Amino acid sequence: MNKSACIDVQELNVKRGKNLVLDQLSFQLEAGKIIGLLGPSGSGKSTLLRSIVGNQIITSGTVTVLGLPSGSKALRHKVGYMTQAASVYDDLTVTQNVAYFAKILGLPDEEVNRVIQGTDLSEQASSLVIDLSGGQRNRVSLAIALLGSPEIVILDEPTVGLDPVLRADLWGLFARLAATGLCLVVSSHVMDEAMRCDQILLLREGKILAQLTPYELMERTGATDPETAFLKLIDTGASNSHDNATPDPDSAPRHRASADGSK
Amino acid sequence: MRRTLATTGRVLNQVRHDPRTIALMLVVPSLLIGLIAWIFTDTPAFQRIGPSMIALFPFVVMFLVTSIATLRERRSGTLERLLSMPLAKGEFIFGYAVAFTMIAIVQTIIASSFAVWVCGLEISGSFWLMFAVAALDALLGISLGLMASAFARTEFQVVQFMPALVIPQFLLAGIILPREQLPGVLESIGDWLPLSHAIDTLSDVAAGTTDSDTAFSMLVIVAWIVVALLVGSLTLRRRTA
Repeated sequence: MNKSACIDVQELNVKRGKNLVLDQLSFQLEAGKIIGLLGPSGSGKSTLLRSIVGNQIITSGTVTVLGLPSGSKALRHKVGYMTQAASVYDDLTVTQNVAYFAKILGLPDEEVNRVIQGTDLSEQASSLVIDLSGGQRNRVSLAIALLGSPEIVILDEPTVGLDPVLRADLWGLFARLAATGLCLVVSSHVMDEAMRCDQILLLREGKILAQLTPYELMERTGATDPETAFLKLIDTGASNSHDNATPDPDSAPRHRASADGSK
Repeated sequence: MRRTLATTGRVLNQVRHDPRTIALMLVVPSLLIGLIAWIFTDTPAFQRIGPSMIALFPFVVMFLVTSIATLRERRSGTLERLLSMPLAKGEFIFGYAVAFTMIAIVQTIIASSFAVWVCGLEISGSFWLMFAVAALDALLGISLGLMASAFARTEFQVVQFMPALVIPQFLLAGIILPREQLPGVLESIGDWLPLSHAIDTLSDVAAGTTDSDTAFSMLVIVAWIVVALLVGSLTLRRRTA
């Protein structure tokens, strides 16, 4: 195992019912970079992130986080996780939400103010979450994931439903976080966001299509935008693996639809 | 302990932001007790049914509140988030139990005061024992509610567990027909259901006839609480499929 890897996944398989959701995944991720987990809806992104956090029952394989098996008790203070649903209490204020999770983590009150400021929620601090906009709700969830400056931060589609300005702000925040040397994994189904990452993990139908930098993605495919690059990668992937006997004519249009409707 | 209390505080904060629910929880039991007292004016029946009502409300209300609250935690992702943090399942459950038991005790104080001073119910036994039994009933409702929430995927489903789990207990508890007069099978089922013992205990307290049977009844209720909490905590899983 690579010593500098903060997350090490080996031959990970996850079955849900009869479906193979994750198929023989192996990769390593390094700290200090924004790692983008990209793929269309239903490609297994959330399942992979939950496997890293340790909330997912895995069928076989290993997931090692900071040298420990994922889900270890010692990791519960070290992993910040933002689920796809906002995972906050609607009937509490922003501060009450953050303060509750801070108490569970055993953190001082200053930490509550720090993450609220860091996610630009100071003005909404005493509003009930139910009265916030979708983007603000997402940021409350993000604030909680950042409590206690965890070494690993896992964000499942944090920019979904945000306007372009807010989205740019958040990517700026992610870059600053990654620069502090933590291990940051951000998932997205919007291919354009690939360009904001330092490294991309492309996932499709539970398999890793590629692990590369945005520059390599464009260079390898000769595409002018990440959207086309992704489609080209799928084409080459399909022609390389004829043993994958199930043709899936729906997947390309479905992917395009989900990327266009980047809502 | 710190995390249990933090959870209790958080749950009470959530309830505090919902004044209508507070009003309903605190006022409705008294109104219904008043209605029953009115129906049975000039008959001795209220003296028999009144204590049963005081036993029934904390159980039913806390069952509903807990089953919906924990279902919301499961569905909104907050439970998944909490369980990825250093929160023990016991701390989560007891945090809820303490918060809702506190509400149930306030509810019982109001309902029993109303029953005694406004409707003329006579309580010959100890008021403290009455509150203790009401708190046990609330815990019973909380533990069964927690368990029920694990077997429901939607709010629609979870409210259906209320009639499924509560009404049979109510029918077999001896309020409608004394348990001795039920068909043999139903009598023995009724004899083991927790609500029967809750009602027996409160009737004993009201009549001032508490004895070793009362203690046994309370033990039966505690046993049900322990079993339901154990099953309920098994349904809080850190890892899910």
